[in-house]
Amino acid sequence: MKSETTPLKIVIVGHVDHGKSTLVGRFLYETDSLEEGKYEAIKATCERRGVPFEWAFLMDALQAERNQNITIDTAQIWFESDKRPYTIIDAPGHKEFLKNMVTGAAQADAALLLIAADEGIQEQSRRHCHMLSMLGIEQVTVVVNKMDLVDYDQERFENIISEYTEFLNEIGIEPSSFIPISAREGDNVASKPAENMAWYDGPNVVQVLDAFETPKTLENRPLRFPIQDVYRFDERRILAGRVEAGTLNVGDELVFTPHGKTARVQTIERWSAPASDTAHAGESIGVTLDEQIFVERGHVASHAAEAPEETSRFRANVFWMGKQDLLANRPYKLKLATQEVECTIREVVRIIDGSTLEVVSEDRDNIERYDVAEVILETKRPIAVERHDQTPEVGRFVIVDEYDVAGGGIVLEPELHQENIFWHEGKVARKDRERLNGHRGACVWLTGLSGAGKSSIAVELESQLHRRGIHTYILDGDNVRHGLGADLGFSAADRDEHIRRVGEVSKLFVDAGTIVVSAFISPYQRVRDRVRESMEDGQFIEVHVDASVEACEERDPKGLYEKARAGEIDNFTGISAPYEAPENPEIVIDTVTDESAAKSAAKIVDFLEQGGYLTMMREAVVKPQTA
Amino acid sequence: MPDYSHLDELEAQSIFIIREAFNKFDNLGMLWSMGKDSSVLLWLARKAFFGHVPFPVMHVDTSYKIPEMIQFRDELADQWNLDLRVGQNKAEIEAGNTFPVGNATRVECCSMLKKDALQDLIAANDMHAIFLGIRRDEEGTRAKERYFSPRDKDFAWDFKDQPPELWDQFKTDFEPGTHLRIHPLLHWTEVNIWEYIDRERIPTLSLYFADSSDDGTMRYRSLGCAPCTDGIASTANTVPDIIAELKATKVSERSTRAQDQESEDAFELLRASGYM
Repeated sequence: MKSETTPLKIVIVGHVDHGKSTLVGRFLYETDSLEEGKYEAIKATCERRGVPFEWAFLMDALQAERNQNITIDTAQIWFESDKRPYTIIDAPGHKEFLKNMVTGAAQADAALLLIAADEGIQEQSRRHCHMLSMLGIEQVTVVVNKMDLVDYDQERFENIISEYTEFLNEIGIEPSSFIPISAREGDNVASKPAENMAWYDGPNVVQVLDAFETPKTLENRPLRFPIQDVYRFDERRILAGRVEAGTLNVGDELVFTPHGKTARVQTIERWSAPASDTAHAGESIGVTLDEQIFVERGHVASHAAEAPEETSRFRANVFWMGKQDLLANRPYKLKLATQEVECTIREVVRIIDGSTLEVVSEDRDNIERYDVAEVILETKRPIAVERHDQTPEVGRFVIVDEYDVAGGGIVLEPELHQENIFWHEGKVARKDRERLNGHRGACVWLTGLSGAGKSSIAVELESQLHRRGIHTYILDGDNVRHGLGADLGFSAADRDEHIRRVGEVSKLFVDAGTIVVSAFISPYQRVRDRVRESMEDGQFIEVHVDASVEACEERDPKGLYEKARAGEIDNFTGISAPYEAPENPEIVIDTVTDESAAKSAAKIVDFLEQGGYLTMMREAVVKPQTA
Repeated sequence: MPDYSHLDELEAQSIFIIREAFNKFDNLGMLWSMGKDSSVLLWLARKAFFGHVPFPVMHVDTSYKIPEMIQFRDELADQWNLDLRVGQNKAEIEAGNTFPVGNATRVECCSMLKKDALQDLIAANDMHAIFLGIRRDEEGTRAKERYFSPRDKDFAWDFKDQPPELWDQFKTDFEPGTHLRIHPLLHWTEVNIWEYIDRERIPTLSLYFADSSDDGTMRYRSLGCAPCTDGIASTANTVPDIIAELKATKVSERSTRAQDQESEDAFELLRASGYM
């Protein structure tokens, strides 16, 4: 309880009424760690309430807890063995308080899993275990409590071992031992030898705690310095944050993910602390850089040779504690280290019942409260991400639904396995690129008279799509004519050739999984049809940007109509050359009525959304049956 | 010389929390009672912001504080360049509706002079969130706290439905009108506080030391209002003395705070309705 060394944090989890709080009370009593008068106070409370002595009153500090004899929220208490100090985290066993249990367990270095011998393995005995595994707690010991209620029966104890071991193995937990105890009587807890269980010759609970290892320092891992904030104090621009892994030195070149900008560490800033040119994992410090590059909260600094993955797509396990279901294809906020970004579940790989480990459903898209699920998560913009088992600090996250932290998760794999990307005999196919992009490739072909509004709509459309994280590119008459069509004039044949070339380039973009916005007068139906036919069904989206010659001539933004009327431009569509309006366009936009470019673009976005262009279709992300 | 590496961890974690809160909330304040915990908290804020305290520091003055405390407050506020805001429930004090006058129970007195005064101070300064120096090891209901703890507009603490805190991700999104308590010292113990005071040479009230009393046999372990706080028998005159004393004792820290002892849930009820 009273030491300079860091206490080992132990969480005690298990089903309701299996004796977690009692075990904590017994620890304190046996190790002589109780405050003066505490034992008497509990005794008095119990007498006043007319109940037998109950250790649980020690941790259950809330009146509602004492009244109902249940633990509602997690609490912490300190005790010291001969070897070292401990922080004991008591976690509630009721299902409805699972988020409190997870809160307690998330802070722990090791766990004791408690099972009552008389009741055996119950729903939360399994669910809590699964949560421990999700939280990455590897050091676990199973404590079989209430042996006094089963006459200290060895067979009963061994049956629980075999039944539970099977379950634990399935979720990858290897308990260091199983201990039969009676927390109420003190058998096998600390000092008292269990005369009633002479058949057991293993360690007692405190001996097992003492055998747990202190958490590994992340000092030897690659540097991870997530920026928490940028301050300007005393004429210095200080990047503040905590070194989560590795070490950072003055003079180091740092690369900031995402974006990959680099600069050197000029100083390491501390206040009222010994000066040092090195900062270690765990230290909250500040740094100044030799160059004033743009860095903000969320950027993760590292050394270039060992930078984290920068991705907007990763596979993860999530556990959900929200009041409302977690839904696929709905935006949420993701918080990972100091990064915050909009995220979406793109694929629910499987949903697992946290208690039975049964796959609840193969094709359900809503993850219910207390479900655990493997998902493909996509973020709106790239972030720094790592596998949880490599650097936990950059491999775990929470999901915020409206105002609530409603879920937590760990990163299994940034992006997707290479074997999936290269499954077509080593070739990257369009579907693979689309899957990586998270949306389909398509060609939005804007056709209409000069001045109809194609370019304005194209620019607005690109911007709206880009903000949604869609890969886009604009091909526009004017800019393409400077290069791709520089050798072409405006004769009917040259105009055909020009559109043919643009059509081919558009096709390449579609093949690259991009939504290309091609804005060309393209007056002839057969020429547009030729482009359509060069692509697969659904890839070519013809949009008629409809405005009458009179309306366009009135706008005449480039003064072309005036020149055409004056005879200065030959073959000007609408004046001296025909315009064939699309026969069966996917979308018609009437720019003469009051539609702004933004509204027109939104109409196209809506079409793309409805048509499933913007979200990855399920068949496209299902793993191939054969590699 | 003890190895204080554990203090480094505690310090880094608290600084992390203080910086998170500063990034997330515009109108922040830090409660400062001049006691050992809130003085350490204030020191950690200076660490977090490289010698600066970029938000107001608030003191709720019940008018029953020990005079040394007010002197200490004003000296340090001046020396550390603090933006000090003092709040007081003048109406009830002037009306004599207090425990020392005999017109209120201890708990009612705390509720009016501390809780209500704090509420007014927060409203007057339009604070969205305040830092407090409470620790889990102080007493049971504080052990149940979160680092980022939401309160509704009436200050009520819904301890039955607290937000999950996973790793170092805290609840930082709130419905308008929610008020927030931030507790960067939750994971410290009383001994840690003194070890840190020792290491950092943080100025401390003389009341904590036995030689400040008349005969040198008594000191304060926990400071509150004069009528409701007793000293403990002690001859500890230096910070290392105090640390040694605490390591040996089994008496609870708040055993000298009378309002805690009024009933089984006196303190819980106070806290749930907005007390510190």
